[in-house]
Amino acid sequence: MDTIKKIEKEFLKDRIEDFSIGDTLKVHLKIKEGTRERTQLFMGTLIARKGTGLNETITLRKISYSEGVERVLILHSPMVEKIEVVRKGQVRQAKLYYLRDKVGKKAKVKEKK
Amino acid sequence: MKTMRMGLLGKKIGMTRIFKENVTIPITVIETGPCAVTKKKSPDKDGYGAIQIGFDECSEKKMTKPVAGQFQKSKVSPRRVLNEIRLSEDELAKYAIGQEIKVDSVFSAGDIIDVVGTSKGSGFTGVIKRHNFKSFKETHGTHEVKRHGGSIGAAFPQHVLKGTRMAGQHGNSRTTLQNLEIVEVRPDENLLFVKGSIPGAKGGYVMVKKAVKL
Repeated sequence: MDTIKKIEKEFLKDRIEDFSIGDTLKVHLKIKEGTRERTQLFMGTLIARKGTGLNETITLRKISYSEGVERVLILHSPMVEKIEVVRKGQVRQAKLYYLRDKVGKKAKVKEKK
Repeated sequence: MKTMRMGLLGKKIGMTRIFKENVTIPITVIETGPCAVTKKKSPDKDGYGAIQIGFDECSEKKMTKPVAGQFQKSKVSPRRVLNEIRLSEDELAKYAIGQEIKVDSVFSAGDIIDVVGTSKGSGFTGVIKRHNFKSFKETHGTHEVKRHGGSIGAAFPQHVLKGTRMAGQHGNSRTTLQNLEIVEVRPDENLLFVKGSIPGAKGGYVMVKKAVKL
């Protein structure tokens, strides 16, 4: 297994921004369009963080034009350029899958004071 | 006539992912070579041209005396696995007994390869898992026979046809996966990165060959 760990180490990012479940994050994504490269923003609530090492992923959920949108992002991927914490959330669960069934005010996470 | 294509013996290390140009690529890491040429077969003497390569050095105590004697004769350190590769006469001249073949002399990134290995054994398995039979309905009156194979033949010819698919040993057999792509070659560590999965468990021995269907 040591060989695998050594390979994975080359691709791990030195530093991952500090955030926790329930936070609203703004993620800068590198998108390639033909030869041009641009940055796309995706803002949503962090509802799950899974995996370890190179396989660590985050799931962001947002409501876009009254339709729920979720994106699963690989944390160590070079596509994920930067992560900003917009708002801290006050939650009790590690996975906020219950938000999928809620609408309106109940589908919101309380702000951490 | 068998196709002549060079290959190397290796060992499956495991799977991971790497990133290339913002895209994640699933890879299998194979420790490939260095393989020593332990024997040469010539068309004049043996009727066909081939080299025998050995991989994974081990103690002489691990093998029987007749096998150990072969290594003493060829003056190569004892190897755990041996395999023969058929080659054309021009290719045959490139290799000498005792020569160590490194991974970068055979493969390079972008090559298409076949990988031969021993698949993971599942033991004695029923027809659903082994031959992808459909299982019976879970409800609507089905009882006791949810995972049976059903009928194995008609009243005539009064016996079961040969090759009828039934339960039995599944896996632990020689398996070839064709047309896999080499993502990267690391000659310093004797590593080969192959896109996708390969047969067998971690630590299993595999044969990496240039693709037959190219």
